Parts: sequence; structure tokens; C-alpha cells
Amino acid sequence: MSYKDMKDYVVSLLNKGARMDGRNLLEYRTPIKVELNVSKNAEGSAKVTMGETEVLAGVKLNVGEPFPDTPNEGVLIVGAELLPLSSPEFESGPPGFEATELARIIDRGIRESNMLNIEKLVIKEGELVWMVFLDIYTINDAGNLIDASALAAIAALKHTVFPKLEKDKVAFGEHTKEKLPLKKVPITCTIYKIADKIIIDPNEKEQKVIDSRLTVAVSENNKINALQKGGNKGLSIEDIYSMIEIAQEKTKELRKILGDKQDK
Amino acid sequence: MVYSKRVDSRKFDQPREIEARVGIIKRADGSAYFKIGKTIAIAAVYGPRELYPAFKQNPETGILRCNYDMMSFSVTERKKPGPTRRSVEISLVTENALLPALDLSLFPNTVIDVFIQIIQADAGTRCAGISAAAMALADAGIPMKDLVSSISVGKVGDKIVLDLNKEEEDYEEGSTDIPVAIMPRNGEISLLQLDGDVEKEELLQALKLAKKGCDEIYKIQRQALKERYGGSAQDEL
Amino acid sequence: MSDLLVKDRTIVVPGEILAEGMDYIPSYGVFREQNRIVAMQLGLVSINGRVIKLIPLSGRYIPKKADVVIGKVADIGFYGWRVDIGWAFQANLGLKDASSEFIEKGADLSQYYDYGDIIAAQITNVSGSKIIDLSMKGPGLKKLKGGKIIEVSPSKVPRIIGKQGSMVNLIKEKTNCKIIVGQNGKIWISGLNPETELLATNSIYKIEQESHLDGLTDRIKEFLDKGVKNGLQ
Repeated sequence: MSYKDMKDYVVSLLNKGARMDGRNLLEYRTPIKVELNVSKNAEGSAKVTMGETEVLAGVKLNVGEPFPDTPNEGVLIVGAELLPLSSPEFESGPPGFEATELARIIDRGIRESNMLNIEKLVIKEGELVWMVFLDIYTINDAGNLIDASALAAIAALKHTVFPKLEKDKVAFGEHTKEKLPLKKVPITCTIYKIADKIIIDPNEKEQKVIDSRLTVAVSENNKINALQKGGNKGLSIEDIYSMIEIAQEKTKELRKILGDKQDK
Repeated sequence: MVYSKRVDSRKFDQPREIEARVGIIKRADGSAYFKIGKTIAIAAVYGPRELYPAFKQNPETGILRCNYDMMSFSVTERKKPGPTRRSVEISLVTENALLPALDLSLFPNTVIDVFIQIIQADAGTRCAGISAAAMALADAGIPMKDLVSSISVGKVGDKIVLDLNKEEEDYEEGSTDIPVAIMPRNGEISLLQLDGDVEKEELLQALKLAKKGCDEIYKIQRQALKERYGGSAQDEL
Repeated sequence: MSDLLVKDRTIVVPGEILAEGMDYIPSYGVFREQNRIVAMQLGLVSINGRVIKLIPLSGRYIPKKADVVIGKVADIGFYGWRVDIGWAFQANLGLKDASSEFIEKGADLSQYYDYGDIIAAQITNVSGSKIIDLSMKGPGLKKLKGGKIIEVSPSKVPRIIGKQGSMVNLIKEKTNCKIIVGQNGKIWISGLNPETELLATNSIYKIEQESHLDGLTDRIKEFLDKGVKNGLQ
């Protein structure tokens, strides 16, 4: 099916308020599952499945020198890989534009919401701080990797514990029970526009024909922490306003799913 | 030097608990999950598909291309993302372990891609990867003369043991690790590596133990493949 | 003395020994090794007299002569078209096989089949991986206008068609959609509106997912009736 035919088909369904898989326009695929502690050598890890989309996130901690311009802050480094294992369309090699953008979107959501209390990650000011490495791997790309990745990242961080520290060095493989110091938890929702219709959580076929998207990281008190407009068509101010309203509603659903998860 | 009891109190010829599932990655042509003890591997197969660049195409046969990697958080000390000398070598020995079982002559000029990711590592990751990949290839409908089952054997202290875990691999008073892959029908070995220090007779004993271990793995692989398709006859066709 | 080691219609994995002795004859998906017959694929055993073959349960589409496939025109050249049929390499549709009418050399070929056009064609020749020839001469072979294409696992195609076409005819009848099932797992569906196409699509996906369960026809019938009742007026 050509791009144009697929788009016409998706749009003709949307005009009747329907989706290819029978969902409503503003409905996530079900079930959304968050599984914790999926990789036990990680200090924190989570797997998220959203319909058929599946993503893993894991956190490793180490100690190191802080950046010179932020001597009293810990370090957060976020990486993402679109594994060729997860889609026939992904290629081997170093992260490309898409993977880098994905990592940056997640990074900014966490950073700008002050989710991590980075002042508390200082061991010796200017000399030694905790470094938090958050890595995201796609397992099956059935669309909307951004929301699944963001949710997996947040779930992994929320359940991350410190490793044991001995004489300023990490005792690898030994975890304490002390959790990462967190403040407010952001939740990310991406709103997509196809023709004049607004949807969330596209599957991989719908994702291919979107015109534009807006990713919104929403704080616990419903503020906006990060935005990323993507796609190659423009959005009006009215579009953006209504997309943010949708994100504020939808992140409540995701927040509830996350909140229901207890540590194993 | 006497290793009288295994660190996890297994018998010397007993593998860790094994779990296998097929068809775990929907977008792949074939896929599988293989867990042995705390080691978890997943594998996906794509193909036969067109091989780029075209000059690498072989007009006689299809080509197998394996890619093994570990997730950064799968190990106790974080591994930087991206290939390493180790992962490149393992990708190659994995290819060599699987290729003798395949018949790609029907698909000249194409490539069959196998991607292996280690989600959680506690020794024996290349073997787990190979066992997963063999199931994923079968799930992808690739013609195979046999499956491939893989497990590591070795010597810990003075004992020949099956399926070393990380603690045994790091045993202070000496440990030899021998990853092995076997094609179960005729017992031919398609992966053999060794790091350590053993007598020739001990190696022979270890290989016999590996055969026994691979037979157990084969049963689990076979079961997982059959379960994926309902296990028994289909109706109405 | 020969022994059959498996029953008809059991699922076997590659490398499994199916029979011993020289009385049995290997066919598709199996091979002879000395005096044994061995499975070369994951598949369902099919025994017909002394002939043993496998029906594949999984995998990509592999082009076979005489298959009717659904493809998309990917390229137009001087002497014909290149068609994507979901295989590693594109198939050829030559001038003389493209239409029952005579196409002159140098004619504007896009008048017949343009880039992106969907066609139902038959495979007339397979040689190696790279040479796959198509023909448009035959009943039902034509350019498919409108509608949409869905994809299923090629191994599920026989279930979707059903005995003598019973399953696909059931869907056609209940949804009023035109449906053509390609052996390559691509299915063309064209209905009066997106809702009927959606119902046809979902019923096909349901067959794909539940093909191994008993009573499939009854369940699909029920599913279609419910779908029609809930909104297909």
C-alpha cells in the first residue's frame, strides 16, 4: 500500500472517529504494562509494553568527577538505541538522528522537571558525585516509542537503588536498599496530528503517515516541563493548546499505571 | 583446590533453571527468549532479505549475519553501548556455530540477519544467545538440517561442571570455561572455545557432559517451538 | 523394513527424524539423510501414501511458480515493470505478459501500470532468488483500484481462504467487501466504506491469530454477525 493510499485510508477512518485497530482517537492501546526489575544487575530497570510496542530501560550508577561548571550536582546521562532487533527498518551502527532525538526528549523531561534531586548526588563537592546512566533499548517497534520509552525510563528511575560504596569506589554487583533521591515525577505523552485529526499512541502503520507531533512532559502539578515538536508540518497555536490539554488528561492515566507499581 | 559443593548447591552435572519462549518480537520474522539461571538472551531474525551492498551478495547461497551485543545495564559494571572486540568476536563464533545447521542454498544473494541482545548477564551469555538464535531461526521458517543447542562446561577447582555461573567462572582457585554448541541429531560440535587450563582427558569428559547438557536444552527448545504453534494438530485445513 | 516415527499433522522442528528406512519419499521441507527422512523446517507433517512433506507454519513468503500474489509496482523500465511482492528481490512483469492487449515497444507503460499501482499477478517462473517472472494473463489477474492492502503471515493464507474458498467467501458475503488473497500474505480488501473494510480486516486478523484453535469457522461467523449488528448498516 503506497504512502498516499495508507494515509487516505487512515484519514478516512479518523474522519469517522475510528482507528485501524478499532480504538478511539484519544485512546492508548491496552494493556499498558510496566514490569519492574527486569535486569537484575541494573540498579533499576523496567519493561514497558504498550499494545505490541515494547521497550526496556535500565539504570546503572557509578561515581566520578562532576562537570566543572556544576561542581555540586550529580550527572545524568541518557542514551537510547533503536535496536535493529526491534524493527526491519532499523539499521546497525551508532545511534542516528531518531535515536538521539529520543534520548534527548527523555533526558529533557527528566532534567527540566527536576525529577532527580541532583544536589543530593554529591559525595564530595567538586570532586566526587554520583553519575546516573539511563539507557533505553527498543525491543519491538509497533509505534509510539517515545511514550513507551519515557514511561520505562521513569519507572526504572523510580525503582533505582544505590550500589554499595567502598572507599569512594562502587562495589559492583552489591546493591543497597537506598533509593535514588527523587522529587517530582514527570510523565510524557505525545500527541500526533494526521491531516486535521488529532490522535495519540499510533501503531507503526499510523506513525508512518503522521504530519506532526508534539511531545509534552507533564509534571505532577500539571505543569509543562518539556516540549518537542516533531514531524514536517506546522501546528497552529490552537492545535498546540488543545494538544497540551490532551496530554494533561492522558498523563493522568499513565501516572496511575505507574503509581500502582510496587517494588519487587 | 577441592571444589566439593557448588556455590548454588547444584549437582555438578546439573544446569541452572532454563526457560524458553518463541515469537516474542512481533515485527521480526522469527524471535526467541532464552533464560538460563540469571542469564537472559533474546534473539530476532530478519530475512531472507536483500543484501546491501550488492557486491557482498553471493549468487550461490544466502548469507548469515549475526550480531551479538549486551545491554549496558546487563552486567554489574556498566558496559558502554556499542560494539566491542569481545562482542565482535562472539558475533563471529555465533555465526560459525549456527551456519553448519542451516541450508541457505535456496536463497542466493540474500542475507539472514540474526540479532542477539543480552538483557541480563551471569555467565554463559554467548551460549544462551546461540540457543535463542537457533529457535528464532526455526521460528522464521529458515531451512535447517538441525537445531543448535549450546551450553558451557568447565572445570571449577578440581571438578568438571555443567553450566558455570558467574561466581564459578570467577572461582579464585582456578576456573576453566568451555562454551560448546552441538547439533543434537548427529552430535556434531559447532562452537568450541576454551579459556583456562585442563588435561586432554578432562576436556573429553567435559565435552561428554556438554552433550548431556545440550540434550536437555534441545528438549526445552523443541517444546517451546511446538508450543508456539499450538502443540498439536490443526483443524479444518 | 521402514518405520514412520511421527503421526500425520504433528508439529515438528528442524532436525527431527520423521521416518526410517527407504520406503518413504521426501518432498517439500524434508530431506533424506542416509536411510532417514528428516524435517528441515518448523512445520506440520503431511503424509500422503509414501510421500512425506511439511506445511510451513512460519516465515516470510518464498516465491513459488503458479502462486497468485499481490504486488505493488515499484519501477517502470523499457521492457516492463518491477513489482514488489514482499520478497527480498522485486519480480519482473514483461511487456508481453502484462496485458491481453498488445503493448508496443516504446509505449508509455505508466498508462497500463503506474508507480504504486497494486496488481494481482501470477508467478510464471522462479530462478534463484533474483529472477521471478509475473504474468497478468489469467482469470482475476488485474490492476486493483481503491481498497487497501493488509498483510498476514503467508503460512496462514490457506486458513484465510478455507476449504474451496469457504472462509474468504464467508467474509465477502457478510461484509460485502471484494477480497483477493495473495499467496504472499498480502490481501486486498475493497468495501463500500471504511467500516466494512475494518470488519473484514479484523476478521482476517482473527483467523490469523486463532487458526490453531477448534471451531474457527463458527467463531468467525459469530464475529462477523456481531460486527454487522453493531454498526454496519
